[in-house]
Amino acid sequence: MQLDLLVEQFRKKDPNAFKTLHEMYADNICGVINTIVKDDGVAQEICQDVFIKIWNNAESYNSSKGRFFTWILNIARNAAIDEIRSKTYKNQKKNLSADYFVGILESREEEHMAVDTKGLRKLVKNLKEKCVQIIELLYFRGYTQKDAAEELNIPIGTVKTRNRSCISQLRENMESI
Amino acid sequence: MDVQKYIASGILELYVAGILSDKENLEIANYAKEYPEIKKEIEAIEASILTLSKKASPGVSYTFQSLMDRINKGGKVISMNKRSSSAMTYIGWAASLLLAIGLFFMYQQNQELKSNIEVVEQQNTSLEQQIADTDSSLEKTQELLNTIRDKDINVIALGGQTVSPTSYAKAYWNKKEEKVYIDAKGLPEPPDGFVYQVWSLKLSPLTPTSMGLLEDFTTDENKVFALNNPNESEAFGITLEPAGGSESPTLEQLYTLGVVSAS
Repeated sequence: MQLDLLVEQFRKKDPNAFKTLHEMYADNICGVINTIVKDDGVAQEICQDVFIKIWNNAESYNSSKGRFFTWILNIARNAAIDEIRSKTYKNQKKNLSADYFVGILESREEEHMAVDTKGLRKLVKNLKEKCVQIIELLYFRGYTQKDAAEELNIPIGTVKTRNRSCISQLRENMESI
Repeated sequence: MDVQKYIASGILELYVAGILSDKENLEIANYAKEYPEIKKEIEAIEASILTLSKKASPGVSYTFQSLMDRINKGGKVISMNKRSSSAMTYIGWAASLLLAIGLFFMYQQNQELKSNIEVVEQQNTSLEQQIADTDSSLEKTQELLNTIRDKDINVIALGGQTVSPTSYAKAYWNKKEEKVYIDAKGLPEPPDGFVYQVWSLKLSPLTPTSMGLLEDFTTDENKVFALNNPNESEAFGITLEPAGGSESPTLEQLYTLGVVSAS
């Protein structure tokens, strides 16, 4: 109930409510963006822009259309995808679409990273590749079930059930860390 | 409604991903209010994604205060940026328009200058022609003067006769070169169809020999005519004859006459 109240205050442009929500979700939103852009600096920059956008569009959030986090997740991934579609980024990083979020673990040296790679590694340690793929597509790329089915070459009915079992696996891993 | 079955279907995971239709979203939001288990399940699914995204996070690089500062002046800054970028666009267009006008103006100027040069060149040519003409005219005059001043020249004044008492002429006779220059400036213009004819005369008995015609009398500027004279002339006479000249002089039309003084 507390979250609902916060969100309601935020919708009325209450800076204090916004501050609390920012504290709650800023790390997550920066993380979502990082799974897509895979660059700490760029992710942090976009993250700030995303929260400005969230504030400016506060009135347009409607709880009947989904969770507050789902709403800001959508804004964040759109901003991040816009970024990687921009020309400059395309030139810098090729083959990005084939590279899933676990790429964060492989692409850089751990000691220079702000990302909690140890935690991330534990979280995804026994996730199958097909789980990493489906979570990436549905949560971080915003693919529809149909698009995800085509991308992964599986029947559309399988998307829902496979995702459910992958998220369950993730939840089990969460409890162990 | 079988809540467990509903949860197991996997639709709540898709709800958190935000990829369902508005209708499905509304339905689930209502179920979440109605069934605490569903709400709990949704929050658990959301928590897993929150954890996953947090583990992938590079951390937040700014303070909330700096975010709010950006928001408070952000609208203005963004709109100013937009305005300045559109101003840049206008400036760009204006600059290219000016450049186009400038190029056209310079093209026009260039064409005008080219045509000016042409005119000046023509004037130049015509002036050069005048200078050449003047030079050659001067040369002729000097040649004439030299001829007249020659020591072998015999000057004979021809006086006006009954037909035209005011007429006069002069003959400059170079015996060596057998040439006579007739200065006919003192003769009136001949009427149409007539021409002056110059005669070399022997006096006893009177024998006229034609030396030639003063052709193109009207158009000749200095009215000095050069004629050949191989004769032992004792006098020179000028008569007005029908165009083409006559075999023998028409004495009634004798305009001037002069006797060569014995030298």
